[in-house]
Amino acid sequence: MFTDLPLLSLLIWLPVFGGLALLINGDNPWTRPLSLVISLVTLLLSLGLYTGFDSATHQMQFVEQASWITTFNINYALGIDGFSMPLIILTAFSTVIVVVAGWEVIQDRVSQYMAAFLIMEGLMIAVFASLDAILFYVFFEAMLIPLFLVIGIWGGPNRVYATIKFFLYTLFGSVFLLLALLYLHHVSGSFSILAFHDVSLSLQEQIYLFLAFLIAFAVKVPMWPVHTWLPDAHVEAPTGGSVILAAITLKIGGYGLLRFALPITPDASMALDWLVISLSLIAVVYIGFVALAQSDLKKLIAYSSIAHMGFVTLGLFIIFRIFANDAGSSAAVLAVEGAMVQMISHGFIAAAMFLSVGVLYDRMHTREISAYGGVINTMPIFGGFAVFFAMANAGLPGTSGFVGEFMVILAAFNANFWFAFLAATTLILGAAYTLWMVKRVMFGEVANDNVAQLTDINRREFWMLTSLAIIVLTIGLWPAPLTEVMHSSVENLLNHVSQSKL
Amino acid sequence: MTFEVLNMSFALPEMFMLAMACIILLAVAFLGKNGANAAYGLSQLTLAVTAILIYQAMGESGLTFDGTYIKDAFSDVLKLAICMINIAVLLYSTSYLKSRDLFKGEYYVLAIFSTLGMMIMVSAAHFLTIYLGLELMSLCMYAMVAMHRDSMVSTEAAMKYFILGALASGMLLYGMSIIYGVTGSLSITTIADTIQAGGLDNTVLSFGLVFLVIGIGFKLGAVPFHMWLPDVYHGAPTAVTLFIATAPKIAAFAMAIRLLVDGLGDVHQHWQGMLIMLSVLSMILGNIVAIAQTNLKRMLAYSTISHVGFILLGILSGSQEGYAASMFYALVYALMSLGAFGMIIMMSRQGFEADNIDDYKGLSRRNPWYALMMLILMFSMAGIPPLVGFYAKLTVIKSIVDINLISVAVVAVLMSVIGAFYYLRIIKVMYFDKPIEENLLQAPADMRVMISVNALTVFALGVFPGSLLAVCATVFS
Repeated sequence: MFTDLPLLSLLIWLPVFGGLALLINGDNPWTRPLSLVISLVTLLLSLGLYTGFDSATHQMQFVEQASWITTFNINYALGIDGFSMPLIILTAFSTVIVVVAGWEVIQDRVSQYMAAFLIMEGLMIAVFASLDAILFYVFFEAMLIPLFLVIGIWGGPNRVYATIKFFLYTLFGSVFLLLALLYLHHVSGSFSILAFHDVSLSLQEQIYLFLAFLIAFAVKVPMWPVHTWLPDAHVEAPTGGSVILAAITLKIGGYGLLRFALPITPDASMALDWLVISLSLIAVVYIGFVALAQSDLKKLIAYSSIAHMGFVTLGLFIIFRIFANDAGSSAAVLAVEGAMVQMISHGFIAAAMFLSVGVLYDRMHTREISAYGGVINTMPIFGGFAVFFAMANAGLPGTSGFVGEFMVILAAFNANFWFAFLAATTLILGAAYTLWMVKRVMFGEVANDNVAQLTDINRREFWMLTSLAIIVLTIGLWPAPLTEVMHSSVENLLNHVSQSKL
Repeated sequence: MTFEVLNMSFALPEMFMLAMACIILLAVAFLGKNGANAAYGLSQLTLAVTAILIYQAMGESGLTFDGTYIKDAFSDVLKLAICMINIAVLLYSTSYLKSRDLFKGEYYVLAIFSTLGMMIMVSAAHFLTIYLGLELMSLCMYAMVAMHRDSMVSTEAAMKYFILGALASGMLLYGMSIIYGVTGSLSITTIADTIQAGGLDNTVLSFGLVFLVIGIGFKLGAVPFHMWLPDVYHGAPTAVTLFIATAPKIAAFAMAIRLLVDGLGDVHQHWQGMLIMLSVLSMILGNIVAIAQTNLKRMLAYSTISHVGFILLGILSGSQEGYAASMFYALVYALMSLGAFGMIIMMSRQGFEADNIDDYKGLSRRNPWYALMMLILMFSMAGIPPLVGFYAKLTVIKSIVDINLISVAVVAVLMSVIGAFYYLRIIKVMYFDKPIEENLLQAPADMRVMISVNALTVFALGVFPGSLLAVCATVFS
């Protein structure tokens, strides 16, 4: 049914043009319903990618190709494989949630708010779908503009500092990516990302390119020690901004490492895997402790995001140790698939956590943990959701949070016992900071009058959280549909990476 | 002795412009009070007709006036751009001049003569022609800066501009005379041939080259020859700043190409190092000092210095692709700075110069559309895709990466990150701050349309940069 349509182009341009139309129309009563319709249609179309996806092949699918800048042979080339497809659906889904979440809260410049998120949706889908390096970079950077405005206009008191820091940090990272891409063009004579995969490079070249990729994507992920923009941005961003930041933009970092760093510079990735692994483990352990010390709800979740993303980078880079140990390719597949599952799952869980904080913040206008206490007495339904998502965040078996972490830890045993040991501390630390927060916010006596006057979630919020809860539970109980679509792409990547380019 | 028949048609647009400039001069002299209006109308007509003449004669190329004047694809494209940009400049500046008692015929006469100078520079095939064009352009601009006679700042700026400009012209002339001494010719093609034949005294040649580079550096405003630029941009009436900041940069770029590439292309290795110094210093100083500015005109002046650094990157690469990239950058820069200074003019009104960054506070609440236009211009200057400023940076950096000057490329991208900060600050002020004054902006319809067309062109070229890039590439192929 969808095979004849240029589905990827539709997914990119429908929200972009929809957003522009909203922007031009200005604020009117139709703004909210219209943006919901646009985001829902995009989500439905994105499901077409899943139904039409052939999981038996690692080749790019839904390919589109058109000439864009002929002078430099830059093409409008789109296509998806098992890595990008789930992320695109995640993007489409998150945008629907963001539109719903901003329904009542955003009263100021509504059309601009909705337009910013819809345009951002299109740009992020384009990032995942681009097969041309410059096209990728254009969308990768263009995405910063709406997010910059969202945080700066609708953010908290310290929003200007946070948004400029966010912008400059990510721009700083990405200019090195640009240099790397230009250099690869210089060597390969093409801007096609797939052509970059096959170009042969000396170890020294690879190391420089790898470091450029690492700077660009480590800032996005974010990895310790370039993570400091994230807590600031999260704290100041409106709920919708936090959701998109946590659910999608961080994933672009992980996706970039998968799409660029590993296949283009496999030997440098192997030579420098100690660097990424140690940074990942620091993120998991140290940031876990940092999260424990937070008194601000959003900051706590932001730090927990960094710790969880540590699993993604860990999973991607332990494969070389697994190869070296001759532990069989199934362990390496487990590691990469675990990283991917962790990305998707974190997208849903972090979104849910930020939405839950948003629900509280809309009522109390504070994010201080100490201002809460005994919320479950006045908001029993919300309390149920919040505890559930907190459990998922802590990695409770049966939720999606468990699957990814478990796969990565299991694979890490085949690399090195101590990697697995340190990574596994997250099960304790994650549980500690999440559950302690839940205890302080949710349980106990009703702390003060403000909490006593809280009203439980309304229908809109209920369905928003329910849909997330269903997905978190489904992936947790039955992750096979997710791992199946990426399986051949993962195997192909591992095949490619295991062959030296030297 | 035989006389070659001059192929006047190659210089037809310039001749037409010269004739019209004289007519405008007479009109101003005889029409008295109505002179300014007539001058404005006639100037726009002149520029438009000249643009049409250039456009119609595109494609032919050759030398004329005994080899001192050249018409080629390069000159056609740049002259067309200069005319079109100046049409926009005059459009922007007229309401500004009217509200400040500066609406006089002289502005237009000087502008047209100056444009003529730029066109001569672009088409010069001889050192003397270059110098002639350069001086015609510069002398008019000195006078324009001083137009606001009662203003101390303007007068001071004009003095600085004149003295430093004269010094630069002197340097350039000295360099030309040394090169004449070595090669025995002033004709650019003959010089190129002589150098290619070899056997010249390279030390003396390089010595002359140094002075040429200094002259070019002055005119472009590259560090360390940039001192005049912030003061002149700041001190001149905004309408004049707008004029100085746009088309003359294209002309200066053309001069650099004619002198360094067409004339001294074979000693590329000698000037490459000098340009690297100028370029790197310009990018560093321009971007860092711009951060400290509170005056938008001064900030844009320092941002110009950094853009000049980027333009030089393409030239110094020494490849056809690099020259094309520089040309693209120069055109895009002129378009962006046209919009930015146009915005200052539009925000200003009688007795109020909107040249402080704080004047833009809360613009998105006072007028969302203008704020959006300014946002496009600022992000484009910062080099963020999908705006055209990104492709300008992309192409020059690409040309540098292609000749393996990675370290220079690293400096360039780092400086563009630092540069992003002060552009972001403008956006921050417009979008995140509360307005100081609540009144809605009033601007004449032609200005409103012009600024929208200008910014939307920046956006459209950002989405489809292919055609302009192709034009620049074919010029140098």
